[in-house]
Amino acid sequence: MANKPTRDGFGEGLVELGKSNPNVVALSGDLEDSARAIWFKQQFPDRFFSVGIAEQDLVGTAAGLAMAGKLPFACSFSQFLVGKGLEQMRLAVCYQRLNVKMAGSHGGLSVGADGATAEALEEFAHLRCLPHMTVICPCDALEAKKATIAAAAHPGPVYLRLGRNPVPIITKPEDPFTVGAASQLRAGQDLTFIATGVLVAHALEAAEQLAREGIEARVLNLHTIKPIDQAAILSAARETGAIVTAEEHTILGGLGGAVAEVVVQQHPVPMRMVGVMDRFGTSGDPAELLKAFHLMPEDLVKAAKDLLRAKPHACGSKT
Amino acid sequence: MMPDLNALRRLAVDLRRDMLRTIATAGSGHPGGSLSLVEILTGLFWYKLRHDPARPDWPDRDLCLLSKGHGCPALYTVLAWRGYFPKEELATLRRYPTRLQGHPERGSLPGIEMSSGSLGQGLSMANGIALADRLDQRARRIFCVMGDGELQEGQVWEAAMTSHHHRLDRVCGIVDANGLQQNGPVKEIQDIEPLADKWRAFGWHAIEIDGHDIAQVVQAYDEAETVQGKPQVVIARTVKGKGISFMENNHAWHGVAPKPDELARALKELDAQAEALAAHGK
Repeated sequence: MANKPTRDGFGEGLVELGKSNPNVVALSGDLEDSARAIWFKQQFPDRFFSVGIAEQDLVGTAAGLAMAGKLPFACSFSQFLVGKGLEQMRLAVCYQRLNVKMAGSHGGLSVGADGATAEALEEFAHLRCLPHMTVICPCDALEAKKATIAAAAHPGPVYLRLGRNPVPIITKPEDPFTVGAASQLRAGQDLTFIATGVLVAHALEAAEQLAREGIEARVLNLHTIKPIDQAAILSAARETGAIVTAEEHTILGGLGGAVAEVVVQQHPVPMRMVGVMDRFGTSGDPAELLKAFHLMPEDLVKAAKDLLRAKPHACGSKT
Repeated sequence: MMPDLNALRRLAVDLRRDMLRTIATAGSGHPGGSLSLVEILTGLFWYKLRHDPARPDWPDRDLCLLSKGHGCPALYTVLAWRGYFPKEELATLRRYPTRLQGHPERGSLPGIEMSSGSLGQGLSMANGIALADRLDQRARRIFCVMGDGELQEGQVWEAAMTSHHHRLDRVCGIVDANGLQQNGPVKEIQDIEPLADKWRAFGWHAIEIDGHDIAQVVQAYDEAETVQGKPQVVIARTVKGKGISFMENNHAWHGVAPKPDELARALKELDAQAEALAAHGK
C-alpha cells in the first residue's frame, strides 16, 4: 500500500464523523489545509469555524463549543496548538473536563525543512501530566482514521498527534483500535520494543533485523500514551525482561518516561529509551533528520543489543 | 419593565455585607474586585438574565460567565441570595472540602457556568457557546464579565476579533473597569485606555457607564440587547473596594481578607448606607 501521512487519516476520519454526527464541528487557526481539516470544511462549511492565527482563542473557543454540547475538533500544527494553547487546555478543557478533541499535525521531526520552530518534540510531556487528558499518537494513516473516530466516542479531552510526511501503512483495516489498549504487532520473548507513531514501523524493522541474529523482539504499538496500557507493559516486562521505547519526541517525559513510570514501580527491568536527546529539531529532509537524530531501525537494534548485555540472564546469549 | 431600583440599591448593600463576612470567614480572597462587581452582577441576576435558580440546567437560560475569577465572592454571594444554593454554605468559601473554590469551578455549584482564575479566557468560551447556539438556533444571551487589568491578556483581543468576525451579537462583554490591579493602577502597570475606542475599533458596540449606578447598569444591558449583528461591551467604570471607605481605590485590598476589627468597621459603614437608603425610600 502506498505511503500516506497520518494527518490524511485524520482528515478522512473527521469527514466520516461529520457525516455520521451532526454535533461534530471543527475549527482551526488558518492551518486547516495543513491539518487536513479542510476536507471537513469543504463538506460542512457551516460547522467549520476559523478564529485566525490565535491558538489560545482556538482552544478556548473549542471549549465553549463543547460547553454548549458540540463535539469540537480544534486543529493546528502540534507545536502551536500545544505550545500556545497549553494553559487553555489546562483550565478551559481539562479542568472543566470538556469533550474537546485537539488534533496537532506536523508533530515530530517530519516537518523537515521548516526547522525547529515548527517541529513539536515535547507535546507528550506537556500533555500527559494534565488530569483527564488522553494522548494518542497513531502509527499510520489507517490507524489515524480509526483513532479520530475513536476519539470522538471517547468522553473528555483527547489530543491526537499527527505527522506531515507519508509513512508506510503497517496496520490492517480490520485491526481493532481501542483507546488505551496497546496492540502487539509481533511476538517475541527476548525483549520488547514499545513504540509510538512513525517509530512503530522502525521497531518492526528492527525486530526483523534482530530475528536474523536469533533475537526475538516483541513489538508493541503504544498508540495511546495516556491512559497508558499498564497490563501490556507489565506483561512485556515479566515475559521478556527488557524494554526499548521508541518515539519521535524528546526522551524527557514522553513515551519512554511514561513506560518507565510503570516499569520501575511495578516490575523493574532494564530499559533503553530511543528518542530525541534533549535538543531542538533542525531543517532538513525528514528522512535525513530521522537518521541524524538516531531514530532509525539500526538505532533501535543498537539500543536492543546494548540492553541485552545489561539484562540479567540475557536470553539469546550463550552464557 | 424597569426594576425597583431602590430595592436593588438596598440589595447591593446587603450583598456587600454578606460578601465581606464571607471573605473574612475564609481568611483570604479578593474583596476589592468583588466589591466593584456588585451592581454589575445585581443588574444581571435580578433584572437582565433569563434564568431560573430552580432549574440551573435549563438549556435556554442566559449565561453569566465570570472571566475575572477572583471576583467569585461576589458571584457566590449573588447566587446564594438568588436561591441557587443555601446562604449558609457561603461560610465554606475556600475551606476544604468545599464547593466554593477560591476561583470558580464549573459545575461545582449550581449557577457556576465556567471555571476561571487564569485571566483572559472567558470571552473565547463565550464565543464558542454563541457559535454553538447559532447552529442550534438557541436564542440566549451570553454575558462575559472581565476585569480591566484582565484586558492586558492577549487572548481577550484574539477573542474580541473572533466575536466581531463571526458577528456574535448574543455575546455581551462587561468590563469591571475599577482602574486598579494587583500591583497598582492599571494606567501605571500597563495602560489599556482608551477602552471604549479600543472595543469600537475591534468592531464592538461599546457603552460606557458608571458601574455603581444601578439605573445606568440596567439601561446599558437593555441597550446592548437591542444591538444586532455585532457584539456589545458595557464598560462599567467602577471603584475597587466600593462601599468601604478604607478599601476604596486602594490596591492593597486586591487580595487580602479583612481582619475582625476591619470587618466590623466595614459592616458599620454598610449599616449606615442601608439606613440612608431606607430613609431615602420613605
